Amino acid sequence: MRTADLFGFGLKALGGARLRTALMLLAMTIGVAAVVMLTALGEGARRYVVESFSDLGTHLLIVLPGRSETTGAAPPIMGETPRDLTLDDALALARGRDVEFVAPLMIGSAPASNGGRQRDLTVIGSTWELLPVRHLRLRQGGFLPKGDADRASPVVVLGEKTLKELFGNQSPLGAWIRLGDRRFRVIGVLEPLGQSVGTDFSDIAIIPVASAQALFNTSSLFRILVQAKGREAIPKAREFILDTIRARHEGEDDVTVIAQDALLSTFDGILRALTYTVGAIAAVSLAVAGILIMNVMLVAVSQRTQEIGLLKALGATQPQVLGLFLAESALLSILGAISGVLVAQGVIWGVARAYPAFPIAAPLWAPIAAVAVAITSGLLFGWLPARRASRLDPVLALAGG
Amino acid sequence: MIRLEAIDRSFQVGGEWVHALRQVSLEIPAGDYVAIMGPSGSGKSTLLNMIGLLDRPDRGRYLLGGIDTAGLSEEGRADLRRDKIGFVFQSFHLIPRLTAAENVELPLVLAGIDPHERKARVADLLRQLNLSDRARHRPDQLSGGQRQRVAIARALAMRPAVLLADEPTGNLDLTSGREVVETLEGMNEKGISLLVVTHDPAIGGRARRRIRMVDGLAEEGA
Ligand SMILES: Nc1ncnc2c1ncn2[C@@H]1O[C@H](COP(=O)(O)OP(=O)(O)OP(=O)(O)O)[C@@H](O)[C@H]1O
Ligand SMILES: [Mg+2]
Repeated sequence: MRTADLFGFGLKALGGARLRTALMLLAMTIGVAAVVMLTALGEGARRYVVESFSDLGTHLLIVLPGRSETTGAAPPIMGETPRDLTLDDALALARGRDVEFVAPLMIGSAPASNGGRQRDLTVIGSTWELLPVRHLRLRQGGFLPKGDADRASPVVVLGEKTLKELFGNQSPLGAWIRLGDRRFRVIGVLEPLGQSVGTDFSDIAIIPVASAQALFNTSSLFRILVQAKGREAIPKAREFILDTIRARHEGEDDVTVIAQDALLSTFDGILRALTYTVGAIAAVSLAVAGILIMNVMLVAVSQRTQEIGLLKALGATQPQVLGLFLAESALLSILGAISGVLVAQGVIWGVARAYPAFPIAAPLWAPIAAVAVAITSGLLFGWLPARRASRLDPVLALAGG
Repeated sequence: MIRLEAIDRSFQVGGEWVHALRQVSLEIPAGDYVAIMGPSGSGKSTLLNMIGLLDRPDRGRYLLGGIDTAGLSEEGRADLRRDKIGFVFQSFHLIPRLTAAENVELPLVLAGIDPHERKARVADLLRQLNLSDRARHRPDQLSGGQRQRVAIARALAMRPAVLLADEPTGNLDLTSGREVVETLEGMNEKGISLLVVTHDPAIGGRARRRIRMVDGLAEEGA
């Protein structure tokens, strides 16, 4: 018997029991669509997190004051308090061979005013290197001037929201605003970045780190951002940071260095595992669809007993009868799988249009795995009814029982 | 052509053994026309199923075209049945979702014959049986006589050596019954062996040879 005829016969048989066929296709469709849609959601969540973290900067090392890891080496000396990170520490780090940029970071809050408009602002003290390290972009004007980090120039770069609140529709460039008891000249406005993990850069004012030291009357940094020269340079840069700080802090390891990449790959791993889990749970519905196919095919075999007897009287062999019924199960699962993938793609497309910020997308393996599991389940559960059909005694089958 | 030697076949029904065939020996040369008659339950259908390789004897030998069927595998029996035997049943056994042409084509499909060849053979068969204008009708759109003629066309599709008809006119009125018998006899005249099980003495009288079954025993003549 030809393969085309095998499936042709199966198609006509399925067409002969429309409602039953439609219900089985529906079950398969739901199963496959569930797998594809849920993995697409998981993958979307993963991408969302990964993209948000990438906004923070790549090859980024964050230096925080204070130890968070214990190494089991010398026990901590009683009463030890971590030394502050200072601007000089940051400048020392900039000399590293594997270090591309160093941006010291101070954060504080200060009342800001422009004429009658007043508001409390988050003020960041840093250097021009914050711009490349945090992938910031300017909408207007310039960023903090390059050059001596110790110079406390009275200049400020505003976030987009801050600008609106202090200036409304006025042009801000060149204007003077008050931050605390000092006056600063506005030299630039940031492009809105969208919400990124960490600080919201639309609601801030950025001033030179030396100005911030004067404004807040402290010399301790909140943290130091270090960008390594590349992905491979991260471990060496980390070692250099630890060595340098230890040397400057009288032999104490009193800072913590967090690598952005490590954090990212941890989240990436967790969310990947979550996606696989959700996909596997959804795949259970494919087994349920398979069991439904088995039941319905068993009913079909008993309803078509005489037909099976006839096929045998016409010379159909056992393997042929087996093949005919397996072909029907296979058709059901293949057609169901195709429509499931289409439905899922439709829903994913709809979600992507409704929520453009959420990067929902089925990973390539998801539809492939779903279709493979669907067909396997159809063939596996179709086997029992098909075998029952093939083993019927032709004389009894022709008599209808 | 067909040679049965001391065939026994019994069935267990509720703890008791029913002997459907007892020591049946028969020889049917190619091209013969045999009517099998006898009371209900005497073993006529069992004999036909035996000859058609749908059933196996408990004891005895069955040779079809010189081949001892005892040595054949299940698959070998199916192949022999497909190539040598054509069945016609009392209740037609047409597949309701298929058209007349598709029902006739079915044995050719199972045999894996090329679709072009199939179409030609089906058209030819339908023409022979005066069914050309019914080719695309489904069984429920045909009269009883037409249905049985479709079934005969299907039985002839593989150009069998033997036609086995189990009460082919049992569900038909007199006129269409006569038509069906004449059709079968026409095929016999072309050289196909014809075995007809019937209760109708008028039909039995037309055969060249009569075999009478009584309680599993087959006797020649009368
Ligand atoms: N598969 C079976 N299982 C049990 N008993 C059977 C089976 N097939 C046939 N028989 C019995 O064997 C005997 C012969 O049956 P068979 O069908 O050959 O009779 P028949 O001559 O064709 O009768 P009818 O004219 O009513 O069709 C009957 O008693 C029947 O009950
Ligand atoms: Mg009978």
